Amino acid sequence: MSGEKKTQKELTDEEMKKFIEFVESMKKSMGLPMVPDIKTGVALWVDQRELNVRFVIGVERLKPFFNGLADGKVLATKCKICGEIYFPPQVDCPKCRKSDVEWIELSKEGTLVTYTQINVKPYSFSHYDDYIVGIGKLPEGVNVTAWVRESDPKKLKVGMKIRLEVVKREPEGYYVYEWVPVE
Amino acid sequence: MRNVAIVGTGHSKFGVRNDVSMSELAWDAIKEALDEAGLEQKDIEYFIVSNTGGWSSEPLPAVVIGEYSKLVPKGTVRVEAACASGSAAVKLAYDMVASGHVDIAMAIGIEKMNESPTPIVVEFIGRAGNYFWEFENFGLTFPGYYALHATAYMSKYGATEEDLCKVAVKNHYYGARNPKAQFQREITVEKCMSSRYIAWPLKLYDCCPITDGAAAVILAGEEKAKELTDSPIWIAGIGSASGTSNMSKRGTFSSLEAAVVAAKMAYKEAKINPDNPVKYIDVANVHDCFTIAELMAYEDLGFAKRGEAVDWIRNDQTYIGGKIPVNVDGGLKAKGHPIGATGEGMIAELTRQLLSRVEKDRQAPIKNGYALAHNIGGTGHYAYVTILSLSKPMR
Repeated sequence: MSGEKKTQKELTDEEMKKFIEFVESMKKSMGLPMVPDIKTGVALWVDQRELNVRFVIGVERLKPFFNGLADGKVLATKCKICGEIYFPPQVDCPKCRKSDVEWIELSKEGTLVTYTQINVKPYSFSHYDDYIVGIGKLPEGVNVTAWVRESDPKKLKVGMKIRLEVVKREPEGYYVYEWVPVE
Repeated sequence: MRNVAIVGTGHSKFGVRNDVSMSELAWDAIKEALDEAGLEQKDIEYFIVSNTGGWSSEPLPAVVIGEYSKLVPKGTVRVEAACASGSAAVKLAYDMVASGHVDIAMAIGIEKMNESPTPIVVEFIGRAGNYFWEFENFGLTFPGYYALHATAYMSKYGATEEDLCKVAVKNHYYGARNPKAQFQREITVEKCMSSRYIAWPLKLYDCCPITDGAAAVILAGEEKAKELTDSPIWIAGIGSASGTSNMSKRGTFSSLEAAVVAAKMAYKEAKINPDNPVKYIDVANVHDCFTIAELMAYEDLGFAKRGEAVDWIRNDQTYIGGKIPVNVDGGLKAKGHPIGATGEGMIAELTRQLLSRVEKDRQAPIKNGYALAHNIGGTGHYAYVTILSLSKPMR
């Protein structure tokens, strides 16, 4: 993260704080959380109930995948009956209607299929600098979506060689996989 | 299955509608549709509400709108097919009427996106895809998903950022002639090219805005339709398909496979030659949530051959007077994209186009009497192609 330049999160938070302060001052004078819309002046009620959402997702059957990441490996599942490879991994093969899969380690070398740089970020990603997301193809025939370790999209090219690496995502501090240009 | 016709349409002004509540906004469209059809609420046997929500305060919009508009106690449901929710609602209403289960059904689209601040709306839309494998770790946004298509398409066919901007210029040109549009100002390629990147290589003017809006259509079975109006617009064919939730699982990024499947189904039902649909269709609305999406739509619908959409936009082929007028209401790009209301908005617009009822300077010449709506949900997760006709389909 850049030192002097404010992140999108800091800018959004400052703006929201100012807005809420304005609402509070209006509430004090009127006794109601009602403010005029900045652009048109129409009356807006500002919700007095806040909803924070954080989901808890079941990953018991995918534990080998996450344990693999901790060992620096990106794993997929392969149906023992029909040979279909699944990434993202899944333990059920809907083709065979059986759940007899093995965990395989994916190749690391792939090619870049397409990419973008996210400049306007979702709120929960707004503390990062602009990041590049790419889809890469592996020899196994599966595509993997991940960040690409590069800050300038113009340095990338469709079809270039890339390598899959497990990294620690900071500042959260958890394992995730990432594409690294090798040319 | 019996023939089904559109007998009434309603379309609110699209834009930042902080001046109205969700119910008031929906009522705008509902009232207009009832008036057009000459019907009362009691005549509507079932109403389907399309709304994606999350960013707005009412989690059960169907009943909130039903109460406000006096549609209670008629049966209802809220449907979600992301940005194609509206076309999904129309399809379900069509199926109910075609099957004979009801004679009259209404599809109501409503979206109030500006109840949440922009970064939160960006977050909600970004989460729509495959949450765990795409968003949780990689923070994709909707402009981002379509930018992945833009990069692939540009690399494959040599399209440029200027080409994409030409789509925006066209749609703003027609938005400027549509009083219902969110943006009613023309733009230039230069203005578009100098706008900031939202998701490289897509810039601000490549992206549709965050919009509030409502639209409604009333469908009736053949006998009822003939009683109600002497100018019914018939539903000649509907195709629908789905795509993988993970974009990475798609076979191509320069086309939306679900749209191709849906188009083939719709052409077959409407008895339109899929090799030359332009010969039949007088006007089309395609899902231009981002400029690249409009170019892919020309090809996915079989209007242009693969890779030739670029030449079409360079040569103004989708303006009125070109090969086929596309998005002459401003499209999602300039008319706006109130997610759950976009589908009904397209169908209402095309109904009025076929009846030659829209503003003169954006009225397509109606020769063959067919119009097509291409409505995509998500990044090609849902695809609906609806074909409307001036003449009664032969069954």
